[in-house]
Amino acid sequence: MKTPSRRIWLYALLLALAVALLSPLASSHPDGLERVAEDQGFIEQAQDAPFEVIPDYVLPGVGNEALATILAGVIGALLVAGLTWGLARLARRSHAAV
Amino acid sequence: MHIPDGFLNTATAAATWVAAAGGVGYGARRLTRTLEERQVPLMGVTAAFIFAAQMMNFTVAGGTSGHLLGGALAAILLGPWAGMTVLTSVLVVQALVFQDGGLLALGANVFNMAIVGVLVGWLVYRLFSRLLGDKDWGRAVAAFAAAWLSVMIASLAAAAELALSGASPWGLVLPAMGGVHALIGVGEGLITLGVLAFVRAARPDLLALGAPSPKQEGAA
Repeated sequence: MKTPSRRIWLYALLLALAVALLSPLASSHPDGLERVAEDQGFIEQAQDAPFEVIPDYVLPGVGNEALATILAGVIGALLVAGLTWGLARLARRSHAAV
Repeated sequence: MHIPDGFLNTATAAATWVAAAGGVGYGARRLTRTLEERQVPLMGVTAAFIFAAQMMNFTVAGGTSGHLLGGALAAILLGPWAGMTVLTSVLVVQALVFQDGGLLALGANVFNMAIVGVLVGWLVYRLFSRLLGDKDWGRAVAAFAAAWLSVMIASLAAAAELALSGASPWGLVLPAMGGVHALIGVGEGLITLGVLAFVRAARPDLLALGAPSPKQEGAA
């Protein structure tokens, strides 16, 4: 069952990455929490992060903002998939060790 | 509803870090006992999808937007413990790499969205599925209710943390957060239904993965 299904997972991952291609179309309005923080006057309490890697889902150094957003989305989706897969592998290994 | 640093006071940030660490640790122990080999790739793909979908803000009303949280979706596809791991991975990468959600506030964000969001989604889905029986419309109602309530309860948890921190009074922040997330929750419900319908059409076998199987040690 493992070999034939491997390609399915590749397609599924590509499909998830395809969602990232749509990310430049996302609404740029403030989200629910930001809206409430603006309305109730505590938005200025927000502090800047102590370091920045890919702030605001825009990959630094890429001139075209839509492309920079798509690249940020693809990098993030792959990072998250890799981290989750690694954690799942770890959980399976300790399962086998029990 | 990713809380940035600065909104929460030290006591609330510390308490939610402890609660998040305890919840994620407990979930990880349950995961090592229940995770099946065939779920491993689905966890990775679900995490990638939820990350990408969280970037897709949709407008709800009056210049406000929301996006999928995915807690109910992950719980329905994978079960609560794998779902919790998926959402935690997404939130950790968002905080560390994308500066979405604070570092001191990461405990609160994991508590609200990975623990509360996933567990509420899972419990509501189980309850409604049992009440409505094994019919297509029953499962759809259960998934919508699970998605909507998971967003609502997670937003009220965030509101409570803001009130406890003195950012805004209880009487203002609870109804405001609940009100806007009642709308965002409708989007959550529709996207969750759409994804589940797609998975059911493409790979109906995957939808059984989140269900507690009678023999966890069955031959894979």
